[in-house]
Amino acid sequence: MNKDKLKKITGARLFLPIICLIAVLLINVIKTPDFFNISVRNGVLYGYIIDVINRASELVILAVGMTLVTAASGGQDISVGAVMAVAAAVCCQILSGGQASVTQYQNSIILAVVAALLAAALCGAFNGLLVARLHIQPMVATLILYTAGRGIAQLVTNGQITYIRVDSYKMAGGYIGKCPIPTPIFFAIATVVVVALILKKTALGLYVESVGINGKAARLVGLNSTMIKFLTYVICGVLAGIAGIVASSRIYSADANNIGLNLEMDAILAVALGGNFLGGGKFSLVGSVIGAYTIQALTTTLYAMNVKADQLPVYKAIVVIIIVTLQSEVFKKFIAGLKSKKASGAVAEGGQKA
Amino acid sequence: MEQNVVLEMRDISKNFTGVRALSHVDFTLRKGEIHALMGENGAGKSTLIKVLTGVHEFESGTIHMDGKTGEIVNHSPQEAQENGISTVYQEVNLCPNLTVAENLFIGREPRKLGMINWKEMNERSEKLLESLNIHVPPTQMLDECSVAIQQMIAIARAVDMKCQVLILDEPTSSLDDDEVEKLFVLMRRLRDEGVGIIFVTHFLEQVYAVCDRITVLRNGELVGEYETKDLPRVMLVAKMMGKDFDDLADIKSAHEGKKTPETTPVIEAEGIGHKGTIKPFNIKINKGEVIGLTGLLGSGRSELVRAIYGADKADSGKLKVNGKEVKINSPLDAMKLGMAYLPEDRKAEGIIADLSVRENIIIALQAKRGMFHPLSRKEMEEAADKYIDMLQIKTASRETPIKSLSGGNQQKVILGRWLLTNPEYLILDEPTRGIDIGTKTEIQKIVLDLADEGMAVTFISSEVEEMLRTCSRMAVLRDGEKVGELEESELSQSSIMKAIAGGDDKNE
Repeated sequence: MNKDKLKKITGARLFLPIICLIAVLLINVIKTPDFFNISVRNGVLYGYIIDVINRASELVILAVGMTLVTAASGGQDISVGAVMAVAAAVCCQILSGGQASVTQYQNSIILAVVAALLAAALCGAFNGLLVARLHIQPMVATLILYTAGRGIAQLVTNGQITYIRVDSYKMAGGYIGKCPIPTPIFFAIATVVVVALILKKTALGLYVESVGINGKAARLVGLNSTMIKFLTYVICGVLAGIAGIVASSRIYSADANNIGLNLEMDAILAVALGGNFLGGGKFSLVGSVIGAYTIQALTTTLYAMNVKADQLPVYKAIVVIIIVTLQSEVFKKFIAGLKSKKASGAVAEGGQKA
Repeated sequence: MEQNVVLEMRDISKNFTGVRALSHVDFTLRKGEIHALMGENGAGKSTLIKVLTGVHEFESGTIHMDGKTGEIVNHSPQEAQENGISTVYQEVNLCPNLTVAENLFIGREPRKLGMINWKEMNERSEKLLESLNIHVPPTQMLDECSVAIQQMIAIARAVDMKCQVLILDEPTSSLDDDEVEKLFVLMRRLRDEGVGIIFVTHFLEQVYAVCDRITVLRNGELVGEYETKDLPRVMLVAKMMGKDFDDLADIKSAHEGKKTPETTPVIEAEGIGHKGTIKPFNIKINKGEVIGLTGLLGSGRSELVRAIYGADKADSGKLKVNGKEVKINSPLDAMKLGMAYLPEDRKAEGIIADLSVRENIIIALQAKRGMFHPLSRKEMEEAADKYIDMLQIKTASRETPIKSLSGGNQQKVILGRWLLTNPEYLILDEPTRGIDIGTKTEIQKIVLDLADEGMAVTFISSEVEEMLRTCSRMAVLRDGEKVGELEESELSQSSIMKAIAGGDDKNE
C-alpha cells in the first residue's frame, strides 16, 4: 500500500521538476546558511530567496508564453528576448517624447503601455503568421525577429538609451508605495493566474494540446489548427511585452542591447525543466513556472558562490545537463531496467529454491 | 527441443500494471511453416510478439531457438534481429525519405575505407529485390512506392538479415487483393526456403489461403494450436470469441423487417470535385440509408467523402444539406451542418494519442460548441461513460490515454466521439480495418441501428462481404471517378466485382 503511494508520488508529472528545485535550494542552504533569511530593510523585504523570486519574474512570464507556443506548435519562440527590447523601446520612447532623458512623462503612461503591448502582440502575430500559416519551422521563423528585433528597438529609440527618471515608472520593477514585496513578483503571479484561468475557463488548453499532438486529427474534429497556433504566438508576444516593460522599469530605461538578453534560452529551458516535451502536445504550466524559479535559483546561487558573471553559463550548463538527464526517458528506462534486473534476480533465486 | 522446431516459447506470462496480458502461453514455430497467430483485440497477440522481440520484458517463461544453446532473452528488437527474429509491422517502419536501397541497408551499409559504398549497396539491393521478385529500382524514394511494395521491402530487409523467424504483424490490412496475393507468393517462397513465419492477421480468408497452422489466444491465454485443415472457419471464430458462433451474415436480415423506405435526401451533391483527387460527381444520400462506396484502393472512395466533408475543400459543384444549398470551407462547417467523419487512417488522422479516452470522446463536441463554451468536467465524464458503456469500450478508465487501447477500442472511441455530436450524416471510412471480428460485427450492427434511427450513413470498406452485409445501395468508383451506382436488388459479390473492375456497360 505504502509502496503504491510512493509510486504514485514519484510517477507524478511534476515530481522531478519539484525535486530539482528542492535540490538546488538545498545546495544553497548548505553553501549559504542565511539563504532563507528574510529581513526588512528600509521598509522592504530583503534576502536571497526574495531576490530569487523577484529576479525570476520576467522569466516566469516568458516561460508561460513559451509553454503554450511549445505545446501547440512543437517549436519554440526564440525571439521573446528581442520582443522584450522592442516593447521596452516603444514604451520609453513614447514616455520620453523622443528625448534621451526625461524627468516627467511626455505622454500618457497608459498610451505608452498599450502601444508597447500592441507592438509586442504584432511581433507575436508576425511569428504566428510564419509558423501557423506558412508552416515555417518555429526556430527559423522566430530567428527573424531574434536577429532583427533589437535593431528595430534601436530604430525606435534612435540608437540611444532612453531614460525615464520618473518615480512612478520605477514602480513596475521596484516597489509600489509602502508595499514591502517587489512589484515584479505580482506581475509574475498575475500572469500565471490569468493564463491558468483562461485555460481553465475556456477550452483553449484542450485545443492547444490536441493541435500539438495531432494537427491532422484536430482539424478533422473541427479545430482550426492554424488559428490556435497563431493565437499562442500572439499570447507569447504579449507576455514578452509585459516582461519587457517590467525589465525596463527595473532600470528605468530602454536599453535595446541588454533588456531580455539571452532570456529566450532560459525560458525554453524553464519549459524543458518543467517536464514538458519540447516536441509539443501535453503541457504543464506549473511545471514551467517551477522550471523558471529553478533556473533563477541556480543563477543566484552561483552569484552567491562568487562565480564570475562570464563564467556563469558554464556552471549553469553543467547543472542543466544533470537535470535534463535525470528527466530523460532513456535514463528513466535505465533505472527501471536496473530495478527489474534486481527483481528478476530475486525471482530466479526463489525459483531455484522451489 | 523437437526436431524441426525453430522457436519454442514456454509458459510465458506478462503483467501490465496489474492486468494480466499473457498467462502461461506456449507457442511453437516449426521450420518452413506459416503459422497464424489469431485472437480478438486484447487477446495478447501483440504482447506475445513484443515479448518475443524484446519490446516488452516478461515475468516468467522460457524462449528457445534452434541453433542457440540455452534460453534466449531479447532486450531490444535489435537484439532479436541478431538472434534471427525479424518483424514487419502493420505500419511500415522504414524511412520514407530514403531510397529503397538505403532502407534495405540502413545500419549495415556496405563500406569502403569507412565510406558508404553506394555502388555496392545499390547492386546488392537490386539482386535482393530481383531474387524476391519485387520490381522496383533501388534508387527510388521509398515514399514513391505503394504501401504493398514498402511492406515487401521491409520483408526483403528482414530476409537479407538471415532471419530464421519472420513475424508479419497485420501486414495486409492496407493492401488490396492483388497486393495481398503478391505478398503471399513471397511468403510461400520464404516458407519453402525454411523460414518460420508468424502471421498475425484479422482476415480469415487469408489465414486459410496461406497458413499451415493456427495458434489461437483469448484473454491472454492459449486456447490451442491447430492444423489449418482440421479447423473449419466457424470453429476458429468460435474459439477466438469463446462463444457459440452466431451467424454473422444474419445481422442484416434482423434489420430488414424494420426498414421503411425513405427518400428524404440529407446530402445532395452536384458536380462536387477536388482537383487531382476526385472528378466532379453527383450523389444523393437519403435519411436512414447506408450507402457504400466501393472501388479499389486509390479509386477515390476516401477522396469523395473528404470533398463532401470539407477535409479537402471541394473546388467545384454545389452541395445541398437537407435541401438547402451550403458552402463548406472546413470540417467545422460540415460538423455544424450535422456531418461526422471517421477517417480512414485511425492513427494519423483519428486518435489524439496522448489525450485520454474522455478527451478524445468530447473533443469534436467541444470544437463544435466553441472555445468559450467549455464542457464542464461532469458533462465530459458523463459523455465519456455513456459511450464507453454503450460501445463497450475496453479501457482501464476514462482517463487512460487512448494510445494504450487496442486498435478496435480506439476505433470505438472515435465512433463515440462522433455519435456524441449527434450527427445526421455519418461518414465511416474503413471503420473496421485492423479490427478483430467480434468488434467488426459490433460496429456493423451499430451502423445498421443508427440507420434505423434515421441517420444517413456512408460506409467505406475494402471487404466486399462486409459492405454487402451493411449497405442498402452502393456507389462504385474507379480511378478517381464515380462510375455508377448499384441498387439493393443488384447487390451481390459478383456484380460489385464486375462494377469495380469495369467493362460492365451498365455502369458506364
